[in-house]
This record gives sequence, C-alpha cells and structure tokens, in this order.
Amino acid sequence: MPEAAAPASIARPDGWQILKRNRAALIALGFLAGLSLIAIVVPMLLPEELKGTSSASFVPPLQRSVETHALHLLGTDVNGQDMLYRVLSGARVSLGVGLIGALISLGIGTLYGMISGYAGGRIDGVMMRTVEVLQSVPRILFIMILIAALDEYVKEWIDGWRLAAEARNWIDLAANISELKAYSKVLVMIVSLGLVEWLTMARIVRGQVLVLREMTFVTASRAMGQSSWGVLRRHLLPNLSTIILTYLTLTIPAVILDESFLSFLGLGIEDPAASWGSLLKDGAQVINPLESKWWLLVFPALLMSASLLALNFLGDGLRDAFDPKSGD
Amino acid sequence: MLPFLLRRAFSSVIVIFCVISITFVLARITKGGPFDTDKVISDQVMKAKLARYHLDGTVSQQYFAYVSAIAHFDLGVSTRYRDWRVSELLRQKMPNSFALGALAFVIASCAGVFLGSLAAMKKDTWIDRSAMFGALLSISIPSFISGPFLIAIFALWLGWLPVGGWGTVSQMILPAICLAAPYIAYVARLMRNSLLDVLKSDFLRTARAKGLTETQAVARHAIKVAILPVITFLGPLAAHLLTGSMIVESVFNISGAGMIFVNSIQNRDVFLLGGAVIVYCMLLVLFNLFVDVIYTLLDKRIKLYA
Repeated sequence: MPEAAAPASIARPDGWQILKRNRAALIALGFLAGLSLIAIVVPMLLPEELKGTSSASFVPPLQRSVETHALHLLGTDVNGQDMLYRVLSGARVSLGVGLIGALISLGIGTLYGMISGYAGGRIDGVMMRTVEVLQSVPRILFIMILIAALDEYVKEWIDGWRLAAEARNWIDLAANISELKAYSKVLVMIVSLGLVEWLTMARIVRGQVLVLREMTFVTASRAMGQSSWGVLRRHLLPNLSTIILTYLTLTIPAVILDESFLSFLGLGIEDPAASWGSLLKDGAQVINPLESKWWLLVFPALLMSASLLALNFLGDGLRDAFDPKSGD
Repeated sequence: MLPFLLRRAFSSVIVIFCVISITFVLARITKGGPFDTDKVISDQVMKAKLARYHLDGTVSQQYFAYVSAIAHFDLGVSTRYRDWRVSELLRQKMPNSFALGALAFVIASCAGVFLGSLAAMKKDTWIDRSAMFGALLSISIPSFISGPFLIAIFALWLGWLPVGGWGTVSQMILPAICLAAPYIAYVARLMRNSLLDVLKSDFLRTARAKGLTETQAVARHAIKVAILPVITFLGPLAAHLLTGSMIVESVFNISGAGMIFVNSIQNRDVFLLGGAVIVYCMLLVLFNLFVDVIYTLLDKRIKLYA
C-alpha cells in the first residue's frame, strides 16, 4: 500500500523544533530562568541589615534611609523592611509553591489518569465519575478548608520537633525549627494545592492512554509477557512525557495564582515570611489619594504579572508544539 | 427530555450531598471551635453552647444531625452572628453578589464574544495579534492586582468613578470590570478558536457563494454554531460570578457572599459555611443543566441522553 510506505515524509515536524521557532516562548523561558536565578542568589548576597525590620519605614525607592543610611533600591514597607529583599524572597516562595504544588498534582494526576485509562471498563467509569464530582466542587473553598484543617496539626508537629531539639540542647537546630514555623503555612498550602489541582492532568493523561494502549507496540509488549505496571512505566510514560510537561507548565501559574489569592485574603502565608500575594495585600492597603506609597504595590505587581505572563506564553507555546489539537 | 431532567436532578443531589459532607467533616475536624475566644470559658459553659447548636458528641453524630436538618430544608443558625439564621444572612448578602456578578457576566460574555469574533475574522492581522496578546495579559493579571490599579487610575487619579461604596451603578462599574477582565479573555480565546474552525466549513462556503458578505455570513450563520463551546464555558462561569468573588469584594469593600466564605472559615462558623456551599453548588448544577438545554435548542443534532 503506497499510503503506508511514506509516513516519514508526511510526519509532523518534531515538537521541539516548533518550540524553537516560537520566539515569545523562548523569551519567556529565558525570563523565568533569569528570575529564578536572581531570586535564589541575590537574597544571599544582600547585607544582613536589609533582611530584618528597621526604624526606617516607607522609604521611597532609590533613597537612603535617614536613620540607618542603608540604600533601599525598591524602598521599604511599614516595618522598615527592604522591598527588594521582600519581593525576591516572595518570588522564592511563590515560584517554589507553584513548582512543588504543580509537581505534586502532576504525580497524582498522571498516576490516576494512567490507571484509569489503562484499566478501562468499569474501573475507568468509576474513576472518571469521581473526577467529575470533584470538578464540580468549589476548588478554592476546599483549599481554604483544607488549609484551616491541616495548619494547626502541622504547627503542633513542628513544635514537637522544636521541643525535642531543645530537650537535647541542640540550640541551633531549635532556633532553625522555630524559624521554620513561619513557613508551616507554606508547607500546608503546597500539599493542599497539590491535592486539589490534579483533576485536569488526570483527564488529559487518561485520554492519551486510551489512544496509546491500542497501539501495536503495547500489544507486542504484553504478548512478550510484560506486566501491566511494566507497560505503563516503560512504554506509556515516555510517550506521555511531552503532554505532561505541557500541562505542568500550565498548572504552575494556576497554583501560583491560588497561593497569592489565599495570601492576599490573609489565609495563606504569615509574617515574617512573604509571598507576592501578601506583599500585594500590604500594597493595596496603603493606596490613598493623599500620599501614595506606590512602590509597595507596583514592584510585586510587575514581577508577578510578568512571571505569570511568561509562564502562560511558555505553556501556550508547548501546547502548540506538542498538543496542537487541544486548542483552548 | 423528562427522563434526562430526572436523571440530572438525581445526580445533582448526590454531588451536593458529597460536597456538603466533605465540607462539614473537614470543618469539624479542624482545630479550634466556633466559640473559642481569648477569654477562658469553663468546660460546662462550652458544652452547653455546643449542645445548643448540636455540635457536641462525635463528628459522626454532629454530621447526621446536620444532614437531617438539611433534609428538612433547615440550614441552621449562625454560630458567629448570634440569632441570625443562615438563610437570613444569605438572603441579605446574596443580592449584592448577584448584581455585581450579573453585570460582570454580561460584560465578560458580550465583550469576549465580540473580541473573539473580530480576532477570528481578522486572523493574522494586527487586530488579531493585539487582541490575543491582550487576552493573555489580562489572564496573567489577577484581580487583586488589577483592582487596586483600577481604583488608583480611574477613581483617585482621573476621578471619573467613585472609590468605593455600593448601591449606584457608577459604584458597580469598577468592581464589575475588575471581576470580568480575565473572563473576557477566556471567552475571546474560545470564541476565536471555535469561529476559526467554523469559517473553514462547507456551509459557510455556500453562504459566501450565494453572495453574502463576510460579515453577513458570520453574523447569520457562523456565530450560531461557533458559540456552542463558549456556552459550555458560560454556564459554570455564571455560577462562579453570581456567588461572589472574595477578592473583588475585599478590594472594593463590598458586603457580599464571597466574604461569607472567607469569614465563616476563619470564624469556624460551620453552618454558615455549609449554607454558602450549598447555594454555590446548587447554582453550579443549575447553570450546567441550563447549558445542556440551551444546547439542544441551538443545535438540533444534539439529543439529550437520559
């Protein structure tokens, strides 16, 4: 048959080549890599006195404070904390929560979707009905309730470790653990967001598995005695990797948005730790017509919008390259 | 049609039941109760207080008491706002959220469909590219960023619209735009993709061949088909917008249903939370059903399978 003889010439170009031609996606990728590097490295290089509170509150950007003579590139907030340090450590938290939360949801969603799609039949039916029920649940509400439910338990758990460290006279460790307590909400948020955001991933992966499992290489592998788990891991997972990568990139901004949403409402991260959401909350509170403290709002807003825009550009580019049929 | 509606009603009740069960159990195993204050309350007083609201005993006992009350259409009494029934509180706050949500819904669907159609008809021109870039931009700017900036620009700097308050139409414009902005973008992107597919189809070639201009062909024939995927999106969106936005209500200081969610979680006001969740789920289910019915009216090929 002539149709079967010429698949190589009509095959779609490789997804990575399509992505390489997408300049917006590449700029977005560069921006995100640069921002992550800056957010990790720069706070370590800043002088220690910029990292805590000081008496110099509301210093405008690019000015030295009268009291401490420290230069504040992006100004200071009400407690005299340097905004450059706050914005960058906020970036650490927001990007970190986004990445880890998305990875958790990716793990759950991929496993769930693969099992559902590969098992098929009644198991598939029940698993997909469950996803539909969960999708009609108000998502952000559940995250809020989960965080409220888990937070106190995690705090107690951390306190337990601190007491155990103190009992053994490990003062440094005890101090580190009590510092960690400010970030306990972050831990809870990551877990809660990961537990809630996996539904789309599960549906996408299941759809792909339904197609892949009918392929001859899967039949061949099973005929050769490969176990179901082996087929899933050796043959299906590699074929799913680009789809998973694509939807990972689209899940990260969703998780970042949820995190900052919660922090903006005061349900998320707690002082002295900061994320973009909590910084924006502080910024929105000081808007007034008389004496505008714009730097508290503008810098976190710019950085957050730019990051979300870059992630969306990258995600759209990946989707165009690897999953062109899905559209929006 | 009737068996379809019955089946949907049955599955909706199950969904709502699941949601309310998860909500109640999670809210009750959370540390901290509704009557915790800084003052020390004796165990006896606390027990009496909890007993008055049927919140004593094991979680499963409380759960069954709550579910049987719900089955009798009784949402209970708020533990925070003393002597207020949950239904009264919801009736008082919901209209504000409804008005804001309805305005935002109209803005999002009209502007979204218009911009999306325009972008599809002018594909690969600067109009298309700037509309799609604008859409991605407005998806990437969450309402807690756009809200303060809208206030700063239109209320404080230009002075065109009031900063806050609630009641007049001019006070509703800024929050509605802020709430609608990302959804304009979602609708526009959906509409553009869907219309692009339809524009390639045979019946549109026929319409052009019989002498209709492009605009006429799109307005009379293409829109009707292309709008179907948009409608699937608009159903849940309506439920989402009408039940209030926590962020927009908190930025613009509006007393609506969105703040009920936040406050009742923080105050451990489990009955108020449960009532708000039930209303949300019912709206969601109702609008999804509405979408399915509209579908059959717009596209005669679709049959509702019971």
